[in-house]
Amino acid sequence: MAAEAAITVDGLVKRFGDFTALDGVSFEVGRGEIMGFLGPNGAGKSTLIRILCGLLRPTAGRAWVAGLDVATDPEGVRQRIGYMSQKFSLYSDLTVAENLRFFGGIYGVPREALDGRVAEAIGIAGLAGRDKALVSTLAGGWKQRLALGAAILHRPSVLFLDEPTSGVDPESRRRFWDLIHDLGAEGVSVLVSTHYMDEAEYCNRIALINRGRLIALGTPHDIKQQAVDGELLAVEAGNFGRALAIVRAAPGVREAAVFGRSLHVVVDSAAARGPEIEARLASQGIAGASARRIDPTMEDSFVRLVGEAPG
Amino acid sequence: MFGRILQLLIKELLQFRRDRSARFRLLIPPVIQMLVFGYAATFEVFDVSTAILDQDRTQESRALTAAFVHSSRFRVTLSAATRQQLRDAVERSDAQVGLVIPPGFAELLRKGQTSPVQAVVDGTNSNTALIALGYVGQIAGTFGQDYAQDLARRTGRARGRPLVSVSLEERYWYNPNLNSRWFFVPGVIGSVLLITIVNLSAFAIVREREVGTLEQIMVTPIRPVEFLIGKTLPFFLIGLVEVAITTTVGMLWFQVPFRGSFLVLLAGTSLFLLCVLALGLLISTLCATQQQAFATNFFVLNPMFILSGFSFPIASMPEFLQWLTYLDPLRYFLVIIRATFLKGVGMEILWHQMLALAAIAFGLLAVAVLRFRKSLD
Repeated sequence: MAAEAAITVDGLVKRFGDFTALDGVSFEVGRGEIMGFLGPNGAGKSTLIRILCGLLRPTAGRAWVAGLDVATDPEGVRQRIGYMSQKFSLYSDLTVAENLRFFGGIYGVPREALDGRVAEAIGIAGLAGRDKALVSTLAGGWKQRLALGAAILHRPSVLFLDEPTSGVDPESRRRFWDLIHDLGAEGVSVLVSTHYMDEAEYCNRIALINRGRLIALGTPHDIKQQAVDGELLAVEAGNFGRALAIVRAAPGVREAAVFGRSLHVVVDSAAARGPEIEARLASQGIAGASARRIDPTMEDSFVRLVGEAPG
Repeated sequence: MFGRILQLLIKELLQFRRDRSARFRLLIPPVIQMLVFGYAATFEVFDVSTAILDQDRTQESRALTAAFVHSSRFRVTLSAATRQQLRDAVERSDAQVGLVIPPGFAELLRKGQTSPVQAVVDGTNSNTALIALGYVGQIAGTFGQDYAQDLARRTGRARGRPLVSVSLEERYWYNPNLNSRWFFVPGVIGSVLLITIVNLSAFAIVREREVGTLEQIMVTPIRPVEFLIGKTLPFFLIGLVEVAITTTVGMLWFQVPFRGSFLVLLAGTSLFLLCVLALGLLISTLCATQQQAFATNFFVLNPMFILSGFSFPIASMPEFLQWLTYLDPLRYFLVIIRATFLKGVGMEILWHQMLALAAIAFGLLAVAVLRFRKSLD
């Protein structure tokens, strides 16, 4: 059944004592697809990735990665996957080249191919000429690209990235996503977890996960449409608390929530309700209020679907 | 499989070569411990500070005092005038032994009777106290005997005791001069090995867990057993080198004789190292951080050291603790290393100990590997 898909997950459950970390999760990831996992901390993202890497045994359910059952052939699975953990995990007291040669060797990259692969990984990391630098001397963005380079030395067909960009500056994050898209174009399937909402937009498909359950699955566009039932207005006004109460009581308003420095209001029609809401607020003593139509962001969908802010 | 283990070995070697302080930690502390134990650990007692209160003030009492003054075992620090002075000296630790020669001491002697002398000994250090008291008895005994002979000669045997005495000729085998160093130096080699190797191996694995590299390695096709072999083999070699160095220091610097076979010692050391590495491994599976490992090591190693017979005789321990010592690999290794150094015996005698070490190593390794697999989950 797993012939076509790179990853097939079927009813996966993981319990730690009384705590259920994963509660019946099922999905598929196609070849060359970049799948984003979005959810608050503790939602079960890392647990899922660790099961798919063969680091954890599932309590129930099955999973196939690269066509192999993770429960019965974890070693075969590990030969075909790359993994980058949340925490930077190369040896800081070894040089760039030494780290790459070590992991290449452990993965069994043939001796004659190793030099070429190491040079390639150094190129990916943008560390050409710095192969003799100790990893401890590298800045965050370089380290993270080096870790990616190390994770694909053995040409895995599936790549797992567990919050790879946490604690990295925006420019480095952008470069990192370029690399991931290059890999996807080469046919590598990538499963990446993140809690940066803007990064979710870079993925082909997104799975929203909360309390161990999959609550939405689809393209970023689909998810945003699915979550926001209607059109979205951003209302800016003084006296938030009162304004929220007034807006919620206005006709045509389906939902309203505080969002950063404004209110996000779901209405049946933005064109009709915007001016109405502005007028209503003004008449009730809140002057200078403005309502304009906006496109729903991933964060809007997240709040709608999960009922809490992502973390 | 061997390829992956070799990769790990190369990596460990690179890290070791880069870590200057690791080389220092491996070589210097064992040698320093050897030197400290070699010089400091001794059961012999010299120069015991002594206060003497002579209430008799006769020729005889002065002769007894002189016998103490001239003995290398005692150093008379105070001639007390009153009982209070003597008491104060012991209280202030100015004197460990107080000797009271009561009035009438000489008078009894001259009549050919037994004459009491009081010895007050500071019992805070019970070991020194016991040994010092033995010397007091020796000196007083010799004095008494000499005096009785002299008296008998002078009085034509009218007084003084008939001279019948048994003289004991002592022979201490293997260590004829009862040199404490010969006893301690081989023991130090064993205990230093225990402490350094358990620490090194436990820390090495816990560090990888703490930093996150363990997880990165465990998603590669490497098997847990391969990882453990690659990770512990360097410490096995380091342990052998350490024994070679400390044995050399013991033989050349402290002149402890090595009468047995190096091969027997190598066999015993190898089995002992397996136990020690397994123990380090086991501790590493119980600890998530290096700090926890440090505390656990301390908790485990101290009792092992005390129960090993390194300095406290196992035969004097309560029965329950004696049973526990059978689980202590250091106990067997100390027998092996002391026997190869001093007795020069081989496998025909030591196979019991070797077998015990092999059994402990097997048990500990099995538990450690199982626990390590589980700890990955």
